Amino acid sequence: MAAPSSSSSSSPVLSLWKAYHQNTSDRLKFIDSFLIFLMISGIIQFVYCVLVTNFPFNAFLAGFSSTVGQFVLTASLRSQVNPENKGVFKDVSPERAFSDFVLGSIVLHFFVFNFLG
Amino acid sequence: MSTAYPLPTNLSKTTVANTASLLRIVALGLISAAAIASRLFAVINFESIIHEFDPWFNYRATRVLAAKGFYEFWNWFDPTAWYPLGRVVGGTVYPGLMATSGVIYNFLHAFNLPVDIRNICVLLAPGFSALTAWATYMFTKEMKDESAGLLAAAFIGIVPGYISRSVAGSYDNEAIAIFLLMFTFYCWIKALKTGSALFGTLAAVFYFYMVAAWGGYAFITNMIPVHALALMLMGRFSSRLYVAYCSWYAIGTLSSMQVPFVGFQPVRTSEHMGALGVFGLLQIVAFAQLARSHLSSKQFQNLLTVAVIVMGVVGTFGFIALTYMGWIAPWTGRFYSLWDTGYAKKYIPIIASVSEHQPTAWPSFFMDLQFLIFLFPAGVVLCFRELRDEHVFVIIYAVVASYFAGVMVRLMLTLTPVVCVASAVAFSSLMDTYLDPTQPEAEGESRPAEVDASAASNGSTASTASKKEKEKAKKPAAGGALSDIVAATSSSKKSKGVWGLDTRLVVIAHSLLMLGFFVFHCTWVTSSAYSSPSVVLASTNADGSQHIIDDFREAYYWLRQNTAEDAVVMSWWDYGYQIAGMADRPTLVDNNTWNNTHIATVGKAMSSSEEVAYPILRKHDVDYVLVIFGGLLGYSGDDINKFLWMVRIAQGVWPDEIQEPNYFTPQGEYRVDDRASSAMRNSLMYKMSYYRFAELFGGGQAVDRVRQQTMPKTGPTLDYLDEAFTSENWIVRIYQVRKEDDLGRDLKSANAFAQGKKRKRTKPVSKRRAITV
Repeated sequence: MAAPSSSSSSSPVLSLWKAYHQNTSDRLKFIDSFLIFLMISGIIQFVYCVLVTNFPFNAFLAGFSSTVGQFVLTASLRSQVNPENKGVFKDVSPERAFSDFVLGSIVLHFFVFNFLG
Repeated sequence: MSTAYPLPTNLSKTTVANTASLLRIVALGLISAAAIASRLFAVINFESIIHEFDPWFNYRATRVLAAKGFYEFWNWFDPTAWYPLGRVVGGTVYPGLMATSGVIYNFLHAFNLPVDIRNICVLLAPGFSALTAWATYMFTKEMKDESAGLLAAAFIGIVPGYISRSVAGSYDNEAIAIFLLMFTFYCWIKALKTGSALFGTLAAVFYFYMVAAWGGYAFITNMIPVHALALMLMGRFSSRLYVAYCSWYAIGTLSSMQVPFVGFQPVRTSEHMGALGVFGLLQIVAFAQLARSHLSSKQFQNLLTVAVIVMGVVGTFGFIALTYMGWIAPWTGRFYSLWDTGYAKKYIPIIASVSEHQPTAWPSFFMDLQFLIFLFPAGVVLCFRELRDEHVFVIIYAVVASYFAGVMVRLMLTLTPVVCVASAVAFSSLMDTYLDPTQPEAEGESRPAEVDASAASNGSTASTASKKEKEKAKKPAAGGALSDIVAATSSSKKSKGVWGLDTRLVVIAHSLLMLGFFVFHCTWVTSSAYSSPSVVLASTNADGSQHIIDDFREAYYWLRQNTAEDAVVMSWWDYGYQIAGMADRPTLVDNNTWNNTHIATVGKAMSSSEEVAYPILRKHDVDYVLVIFGGLLGYSGDDINKFLWMVRIAQGVWPDEIQEPNYFTPQGEYRVDDRASSAMRNSLMYKMSYYRFAELFGGGQAVDRVRQQTMPKTGPTLDYLDEAFTSENWIVRIYQVRKEDDLGRDLKSANAFAQGKKRKRTKPVSKRRAITV
């Protein structure tokens, strides 16, 4: 949890970026890249909805909630497998976390598929 | 160490644990059996019949589902309801209940068990009450331990507050909804405790089932966010909360939109916005948490301040802007009426007119919950003592549900589960204290042996002690209620316990007596108050035997067999579902109450004079008018007693033509005898109710037994309607609307002409003179 020593003069955003690079394992970075992809995908859909049309509103909702839902499920997986959180998740091993993640995603996309219409 | 009573010493730990779990299973089985059995009074006292009003629609819809399949049901347009508008049933119904019975029906038929769909519908509620008992057991187990869970299951199994909505035949959405409510809450608590996305997903799936089953799902939609928010405000944010809430919300919201009746509401109405807001807040907090782990505290604070201000401003303005642009619907009237109890009466009489939307009377709390109502606060206080995350949930639930139960009678149903849980926690704490065999000693005692012994004794008395509880027992602060007082008065170093057998026996015997009275009370209330189908009435003969009054079915079957299949029946909306279900005839309005104007039209026809009502009836193709009249039998739920609501609702739409004060006497009394106002006496409802009523008494004094008023000797006359049918006890009266006169006269003069030929016209005139003189 302790923040790494970084020059306090530099902007917080920059030092956040640096610290993130230093103390995050590659696995988590991999998950994070997926999260960023999902976020960009969601933003594009939202912008499309606002600027162009929301006409098949159910389709927009399905697509958008699929990205949001997948995002939070992946974020959940990330926090569950994060070694820093081991004390918080006593009952959830990384394997269990992954199976939960898979199950949640299947249920989510079942509803997404149903809602696409 | 010393114990209050001798304990067997030759039992191994595994034997005790196995016996305890066996006893638990047996106890749960017995509780389920008791829960089902106590709901069968309705079937035994009467018959296997669908009760009341809404269940008749659910039953009718289920029959369509079972006969024609799910797709037909989904696309079902019912042209006979809300004539001439019709109703899109598939899109305006919570299909969970019908789908459940349909699945059970098909399942049984797949095994060649030809069970009638009606019996499935009748017995669905008792069956689900057993599942509710199990779900409550699981939920309470998370709060305290297994023994509290068993008590809670026993309480909810027989408590009248829940039985009132789940007797056999009460085939309504609440029948399965309470199970879903409790199980969703259990999954939520479990998800929160373990931080497992599996339970979050499970909570979402059961939430989906709940949304499909009952409009009360909004209670879950707001309870869970409030709990999450409270935890965050208490500084208890954890990744577990994030995992549990986000997996529930993301999947649950998407799935709730699959139900056509709910549609896009979860993203467009204010009732659902709280959940969305908490979801967004959690994302921010989680990201902040992540950022904090990578930053020094000062940098983090700078970042946080800026971020919080920006987000707060953007969020608030965004919400307000969206509401003003009409994107997010503001609160609905039904919701306002939860906060301002006078609101509905002023603005939406149709909501206020439903008896189950009235504020709860104090005695009904005791009637529905008996001694649980005073154990309930004790249980809530006990939740404060530990205040784990799940206890916060119970506390919030208790506060919110208590408020709502005070506002609306029907919301007693949502209060009942938490009352059972909290009371069980309180009661089992009491029992734990007084059954714990350890006696306090001056010196320190050997703990392990004593723990072993307590487990053994509890196992043999069927109130089992879990490991967790044993650990708790070591801490002097976390014992029962009395030990708390002991701990408070003496130093905390003193060991807990109760001296002597006599105090124990007094308290235990007293508690058992209370439990006994509770069972007695529940059985009595269930059998006498909550098991009446209200379609069939019962009275007692002089010799004590039961006399069945079956006027409703008599009249509905008369309609079914003696009228054209497309004959439109007009009645007050209460009877719409029953007419559709039992008589199978089109109705103008029914219990769905979605179109206020249409209902007001019926109200206007009922409350105005014949001349005014006749065009309305003809325009709506009405062939028969049905009224419920209890004056002969003393049945107080009749239309004359509901009449003022018809007037009020009609007044809401036509304030110039219908005015409520006209229906009272100048003294402000609501009377039906000779002092009744002229608007009252000329109203269609009055005329239809009392038409030829005086003749029944053969010249004697005609007395309305509901309102205890003597009726005038000459009753009202009808020119535009003909009496078609009156049931045995006059409860249901059906009138046929006359067609226009063949010669083009208005029906009144035609009638007068016809009567004049028989020289009857002079008679009433002379009588009128006799009265005025």
